[in-house]
Amino acid sequence: MSQAVYFYGTCLVDLFYPEAGMAGIELLRREGLEVVFPQGQTCCGQPAFNCGYSEEARAVARAQVALFPEPWPVIVPSGSCAAMMRRHYPELFAGEPDLPAAAALAGRVHELTEFLVGVLGVKLVDRGQPVRVTWHASCHALRELGVREEPKALLAQLANVELVALARERECCGFGGTFAVRFPEISGAMVADKAADVAATGAVELLAADCGCLLNIGGKLAKSGSAVRPRHIAEFLWERTRPATGAPAPAAAMAGAVAGASPRGTGASAHGTGAPPHGTGAPSPGAGDP
Amino acid sequence: MTASAADFRTSATAALADPQIRANFRRAMDGLMAKRAALFADPAEWQALRALGAAIRARSLAHLPELLEGLEQRCRANGIAVHWAETVAEANAAVLAILRAHGATRVVKGKSMVSEEMHLNDYLGAHGVESLESDLGEYIVQLDQETPSHIIMPAIHKNGRQIARLFGEKIRGAQYTEDVDALTGMARRVLRRKFEEAGAGLSGVNFAVAETGTLVLIENEGNGRMSTHVPPVHIALMGIEKVVERLEDVPPLLALLCRSATGQTITTYTNLISGPRGPGELDGPREVHLVILDNGRSRIFLDPELRATLRCIRCGACMNHCPVYTRVGGHAYAAVYPGPIGKILTPQVEGVKTRHELPHASSLCGACVEICPVQIPITEILIRLRREASHPVPGSTVREAGEARNPWEDRAWALWRRVHASARAYRLMSRLLTRLGRLPAPRLGPLRAWTAARTAPRPAPRSLHELARERGVRDV
Repeated sequence: MSQAVYFYGTCLVDLFYPEAGMAGIELLRREGLEVVFPQGQTCCGQPAFNCGYSEEARAVARAQVALFPEPWPVIVPSGSCAAMMRRHYPELFAGEPDLPAAAALAGRVHELTEFLVGVLGVKLVDRGQPVRVTWHASCHALRELGVREEPKALLAQLANVELVALARERECCGFGGTFAVRFPEISGAMVADKAADVAATGAVELLAADCGCLLNIGGKLAKSGSAVRPRHIAEFLWERTRPATGAPAPAAAMAGAVAGASPRGTGASAHGTGAPPHGTGAPSPGAGDP
Repeated sequence: MTASAADFRTSATAALADPQIRANFRRAMDGLMAKRAALFADPAEWQALRALGAAIRARSLAHLPELLEGLEQRCRANGIAVHWAETVAEANAAVLAILRAHGATRVVKGKSMVSEEMHLNDYLGAHGVESLESDLGEYIVQLDQETPSHIIMPAIHKNGRQIARLFGEKIRGAQYTEDVDALTGMARRVLRRKFEEAGAGLSGVNFAVAETGTLVLIENEGNGRMSTHVPPVHIALMGIEKVVERLEDVPPLLALLCRSATGQTITTYTNLISGPRGPGELDGPREVHLVILDNGRSRIFLDPELRATLRCIRCGACMNHCPVYTRVGGHAYAAVYPGPIGKILTPQVEGVKTRHELPHASSLCGACVEICPVQIPITEILIRLRREASHPVPGSTVREAGEARNPWEDRAWALWRRVHASARAYRLMSRLLTRLGRLPAPRLGPLRAWTAARTAPRPAPRSLHELARERGVRDV
């Protein structure tokens, strides 16, 4: 069997951006990985955890921990959910009998772009038309995972993509889970500023790697009649680099078929040992300066 | 505590509607952030320095009781009288007693956030003592009968024209001008006379050194030195957490504080006060008093995690970088300490039942955590306070723990748990949402709040679970 990874879709991707999830899976499959998507998965537990409902969060997180028994990397197309699992599961399970299992899972969690760049070193070939896009950096990817340059490094590989930076790329969009509905006026002011920042770039697409931000900024853009399309970066990357034939080929064939897709030679075997070194491309939390 | 304490949302909403507030704060905060970033340009140096700062503060707090005892002994040996105050009322009474003993009816004040906690000006005014702020920002705020909107820049909510108008109206004999130097000159003339007339000077304390009994006070206007040296009596006010162990602990903390607060490598004045005027000395106060205030801090100290709150060196950088503070300004918090540090400090001091809104008024973006020079895990403490506000935790040191319980929210999370802890229940919910979720939903509750600024989220026709199954993605 080729090297396997788990994919943790997250509840927002599952219900609102499933094509972004599929695109993430296809991007991994193209690198020769076998992607396993446990159908029992639901939500990482972050909404309740952040609101102070730890017991409820733990019950839901516990159900997730049980779904990833093999020592494979767990790839998450969301900085926020990845941060919940990597940074907060050990704390959430402190003093619980299943702490070892939760901590072991935490140590295997990778945000998608971090994994694509830092572990797989993917090489992308742009097949799309020239386009101008902008990028919103999500707070938790930036500050809890230390994922800063990886998404932009992926976009930089696409020859026909012009990335115009937001004036305040690192400023929160105002989502914040229940914050958006507990303080709709403040959150609304934050997202209005973000949408104006997006509009000022002249981009036709707003890319992000967190669906909470996309729901928020996208909802504001739509409400204000903007034509800017909000999209998860995985969907954008896959659409522009997928083979022209359309339907994805089986993973095994894909690995060898796409020129330049496997940086380390021969597809599946290139990815080596069972668990990619955890921490690659993930500096210590809270590091860095604006 | 003010009348509007429990209604942050209302006051924040009012502030958002004031374009002047948003413009003033945005411009000021942008400038402060840029100046700070330029001085911490080397990430390695920044990380090393803040780790050192955090360690110094954590070590000081770990030995807080001993250090406070040591500080008292050294201060007394230096001729500084030490007064302990558990409550604001005790601290106010201590200050008034000192003033009465000297028959002082006029005092000048350097900047002190502890005195704001004490509402000292009001207290002294009610007892026949005129207390005049000598820090320019504090002076402006006092002149307009306001409170500070920022802990470092109290009048940051005002722009030049607003200050010009205020001075024109309130300063006797003043001619309206928008010239900054002329405005500063007006305040200076008033204050110079007051320094000479004052029976006592009051100040805050940035750090108090236990090993030497030294009070460290930094400032840019010279008013701090005037307040502490010109009047015959100096009364310094500090919270119990401001003590550090050694004199050598101070330079790294000052390097962090000056750069984080105002984007300066060093402030114009660094005052090290180690006692009253000595024999043969030509200046300095005849008496120096140190009032050490608890006001809920020792309760925070008891909890190892919450204790990090007390590491704060009051630089205000968390405010400057906060996307919420930047938009609503400091007054919306109706608290002495606004912004992220206020969101964790105020509920701990005043109680989580009274102030349960504040810990929730954050998107948990972590911008404050990223720039805090002493690495206070603000977002973690926010979540902890959210938890203990709504859940009675045995042995909790949080004031009013469990008293902000909302049965509706309890039910909502219990339901959320039932749906998400069971794959089957989740599948059913997901089916319902993806099949019916595109129908127009009644705009009630959270959806109504959401759609005030945004379109309603529309579930996809089929979930990722379904797509993965259909496209042959392996399950388990």
